[in-house]
Amino acid sequence: MRTALVDRPIDVAALLRDVGDSRNGATILFIGTVRDVNNGRAVTGMQYTAYHSMAERELSEIVREASAEFGTSDIVVEHRLGTLDLGEASVAIAVAHPHRGAAYDASRYVIEQLKRRVPIWKLEHYVDGTREWVDPTKSAQPAGVAND
Amino acid sequence: MLRESIEPSSSSRACFPRASYIIMTVNVLLFASYADKLGTDSLSLDLEPGATVRDLLARVRELPGADRLPHEPLVAVNDQYAKSTQTIAPGDEVAIIPPVAGG
Repeated sequence: MRTALVDRPIDVAALLRDVGDSRNGATILFIGTVRDVNNGRAVTGMQYTAYHSMAERELSEIVREASAEFGTSDIVVEHRLGTLDLGEASVAIAVAHPHRGAAYDASRYVIEQLKRRVPIWKLEHYVDGTREWVDPTKSAQPAGVAND
Repeated sequence: MLRESIEPSSSSRACFPRASYIIMTVNVLLFASYADKLGTDSLSLDLEPGATVRDLLARVRELPGADRLPHEPLVAVNDQYAKSTQTIAPGDEVAIIPPVAGG
């Protein structure tokens, strides 16, 4: 198990290597990327900030929960901070497990809990030059859909 | 800002009251939209010992710009989400947490 907040591009191949083990029959890689439209507004980029110490603690706790619930310690999560361009990966979650069902479930658990609990915020940059903090509680879309 | 506790003198009730200043200073971190609303990313608040998260929020609400915070924002104490009834101890790190938007 490993979690990290990083300020460089996420190397997803490294995440896959970290969870690789011959006992595993299934590996799931989830990548969240910066999308060009959010709530109908054209987006040019995204700036991520975090309450660093708490975000690391909460992320580690989520991965511990997933490990206990779904029965694998082969889980690695990296979340990027700083300014990202469209299409860049903001978060990557690699999960490996002997069986695919539990691997999918664990991956889904980690991203949903991350979005609910980890103190990370994003400032959206729009085409018209304005910027706004994303507030999922005011989103026109159902919770958990934004920027997946 | 200082809370004053006036006690009668032990030697004579007619004596001048003795003022004792019993406070603790707590650092409060603000992030993202909340830091923008209050115009700062940290506060130093003087609270009475035994103050709760709710008491701290009441003090924060007296500050300029704080009327734009939600009525009951999320609060973390020492990197963990806290209930409004949780007591704050000297040296605790308190943070007011805007709606999170990771991923």
